[in-house]
Amino acid sequence: MPFIPHTDADIAGMLDAIGVDNIDALFDEIPKELRATALDGVPAGLSEMEVTQLLQARARADGEPTCFIGAGAYDHHIPAAVWQIATRGEFYSAYTPYQAEASQGTLQVLYEFQSMMTALTGLDVSNASLYDGASALAEAVLMAVRSNRKVKQPRVLMPRTVHPFYRRTVASIVQHQGVELIEVDFDARSGQTSVEHCEAVADEPFAALVVPQPNVFGVLEDVDALTDWAQARDALVIGVVNPVALALLSPPGDWGQVGADIACGEGQPLGMPLASGGPYLGFLCCKQAFIRQLPGRIAGKTEDLEGKVGYTLTLQAREQHIRRSKATSNICTNQGLLVTAATIHMAILGAEGLERVAAACHANTARLAQQLCAVPGVEPIFSAPAFHERALRLPAPTETVLAALAEQDILGGFDLGREYPELGSALLVCATERRTDPEITAYREALASAVALANAA
Amino acid sequence: MLIHEHSRPGRRASAQAPLETADYGDLPQALRRKRRAALPEVSELQAVRHYTRLSQQNFSIDTHVYPLGSCTMKYNPRACNSLASLPGFLARHPAAPESHSQGIMACLHELQDMLKSVTGMHAVSLAPAAGAQGELAGVMMIRAYHDARGDHGRREMLVPDAAHGTNPASAIMAGFTVREVPTGSNGDVDIAALRAAVGPQTAGIMLTNPSTVGVFDRNIQAIAKSVHEAGGLLYYDGANLNAILGKVRPGDMGFDVIHMNLHKTFSTPHGGGGPGAGPVGVSKRLEPYLPIPVVIKGDDKRYHWLDEDDRPESIGRLTAFGGNMGILLRAYIYARMLGAEGMRRVSEFATLNANYLQARLREAGFQLAYPERRASHEFIVTLKKEAKELGVNTMDVAKRLLDYGYHAPTTYFPLLVPECLLIEPTETEPKEALDGFVEAMIRIRAEAESDPETVKQAPHSLPLRRLDDVRAARQLDVAWKPAADNA
Repeated sequence: MPFIPHTDADIAGMLDAIGVDNIDALFDEIPKELRATALDGVPAGLSEMEVTQLLQARARADGEPTCFIGAGAYDHHIPAAVWQIATRGEFYSAYTPYQAEASQGTLQVLYEFQSMMTALTGLDVSNASLYDGASALAEAVLMAVRSNRKVKQPRVLMPRTVHPFYRRTVASIVQHQGVELIEVDFDARSGQTSVEHCEAVADEPFAALVVPQPNVFGVLEDVDALTDWAQARDALVIGVVNPVALALLSPPGDWGQVGADIACGEGQPLGMPLASGGPYLGFLCCKQAFIRQLPGRIAGKTEDLEGKVGYTLTLQAREQHIRRSKATSNICTNQGLLVTAATIHMAILGAEGLERVAAACHANTARLAQQLCAVPGVEPIFSAPAFHERALRLPAPTETVLAALAEQDILGGFDLGREYPELGSALLVCATERRTDPEITAYREALASAVALANAA
Repeated sequence: MLIHEHSRPGRRASAQAPLETADYGDLPQALRRKRRAALPEVSELQAVRHYTRLSQQNFSIDTHVYPLGSCTMKYNPRACNSLASLPGFLARHPAAPESHSQGIMACLHELQDMLKSVTGMHAVSLAPAAGAQGELAGVMMIRAYHDARGDHGRREMLVPDAAHGTNPASAIMAGFTVREVPTGSNGDVDIAALRAAVGPQTAGIMLTNPSTVGVFDRNIQAIAKSVHEAGGLLYYDGANLNAILGKVRPGDMGFDVIHMNLHKTFSTPHGGGGPGAGPVGVSKRLEPYLPIPVVIKGDDKRYHWLDEDDRPESIGRLTAFGGNMGILLRAYIYARMLGAEGMRRVSEFATLNANYLQARLREAGFQLAYPERRASHEFIVTLKKEAKELGVNTMDVAKRLLDYGYHAPTTYFPLLVPECLLIEPTETEPKEALDGFVEAMIRIRAEAESDPETVKQAPHSLPLRRLDDVRAARQLDVAWKPAADNA
């Protein structure tokens, strides 16, 4: 019996203590006609060895392609210590730290994580995580609408340069909460969201403007101008940021005259493997003034009976288990284990290590773009400066080219044309610090033949 | 001591990042950071030692009995972690083409099928990232169903007063109002009150069965009939699925939509507060509204994703990349090791353990909240007598249990039972662990009689004494700041 320790003698003794003849009798309050007979869709159990063989074959089946896709999930090196420590049973198999005295390890990690995220974003406070970057943006939008005391209209400007999956996630999650999401177009030449494009859709008051940095094309937005423009109209500013990029780029807390009000994003680049899209971690930081509208767990510092420093979950009156239907969000379980990994990752790399990672990704992507643009007909789409991703125009259908590259175990990038038809045959590429010069050269050669093949067909 | 306090300017773990800083001179000066973020500067050893020591300040399943009611703290098999961490799974980019994804998609598709089978539902989406997101998806599908029929008046969601707080919070996020339904004195939903509450405004009801008071609602068929006749749908909160796995199926009880907490029933780790995974299952009429992505097996025998284009009526996308895949893999591995027979044994032994512990505590003189009822996989002890006569409340007992090496059961939930302990031992605890827990409870009560201060001041043996929650909220300090910032 997998994972069940009971011996026959245990079972007999326990049934005797309860006063029933068999285990089945314990289900006697369940109406007979409801009792299930068979589980047709569940195969017989496997031993650990058999399941290992099965999973090894499945993992092998997906190959070991070279990855040039970014688009919200990045193939960074993860120090060996990160997951060796994070998967210690004491972290891995603990629950949400409701009993603070028995959970100081987790609680202090949460406090340290919050401290590190406020340092990276330049904002005052952070929560202890949300599910992922996209759902964090949805919570940021709801939070901004609740927090803005000057503008009561639940209207939020959402640039099209925000990752399309993020925009769709936000639209799903807020669809029944009366929030109006207004799309802002971008400049076709620079790839940036300009103040003029915002002006064009801002006839009526709006509660918040979302500002991605870098945006989905890797392009750097003029965050200072956008922030000042929105705040002059009494709107709050929500930055959507990449934490590795923040090692080099101006943090949201420094944007414009007084800084963005809220920052959120995807924590995956801080020590999380790509893993098909999750588990990752969403982060959400804000100015002190908005802390009571911040959703999710927050760890706070306190003292014990003897005055010793300790940590506990705090401001729980914001949360569903206390406030029920009046809570800031329904979130309960978050991404605790990933927070542990991200905290260890940031501690080991430090600001200087993160800077090196960011610089290496940036330089590698520049090299990649330069090499790929040596293929006839391949050219950069946008003119503005970009960080660690580039949008390229291809002289052949993106889908055909990507399929040909995949046959050579090269994942060539993210098909932008599907999401932005006006860009034509467009590809978003990324080379993190892990991509080597030979891999980049191999990509260029494969791209040249894929383009030639597609055009010959 | 915080990791920040181990920091010294210029110290670093330099081998973990690229050895040289590449040129980034092309990034415009105006968009660059003016000063480095105040992250700790420590060696790898310092970080390893610091976080290893912190881990040792946690109670966890691997180190302690953890009978936290409604949380299903069962053993997390090691194989699930190591196999989900195979390089092929960890390295796969979420936007990788289907040609390089057939291995994981096979696992996900089979997991969908197994979950359909154990819940008796028609179709499953694995997308929700945790239980609360599964709840939100569930009630959004109920809304989408009514809206698609032009039935726009159904804006009220019924929620029993014993429900998890996430239920009403999720209903509000889906644009419903919430009406509470009382629990009867025998632990079942008050069926007369329910019948009086349903009507043309009823969108549905959110139920946990067995409920959060630890009993199976014997009137479930009458509840289903009453809500369905009024035109509403039934939502099943799968938090307590461990109690009935392979024994009774929510689909057979009449539920239209359910979520499952894979981090409970399917033994994926809780990780100190997540990640979870909260797949949703639906009856046939709700299938078009399932959150995307969904995996299907095509006529070509290959696996394909269904996205927005394939499912135009879907409630949509809930995270950027379709959910906590690594957790879904762990659940898949666990399910394959159990098999159908193993799944039935899960609920049988979870129920055996709970009823045994209930019988032993009753025998020892503790008061049960529902003494006439069978326990499901959990049950409630109320300490109101002890609180009144000895001045020792549930929180005191919970803290004293920590001294005896047991994580406390869930305290003060559900709110309708005063001074309650919700106790869920799970099937993976041996009999002697349960006997040890009973022994500890008996000793604590004896202490409460002879020396109540010992209990009221607990814990005594942990690194910290009892923590001041009020101070944490009043003198808010939620992030360390460098000295210069504090000046």
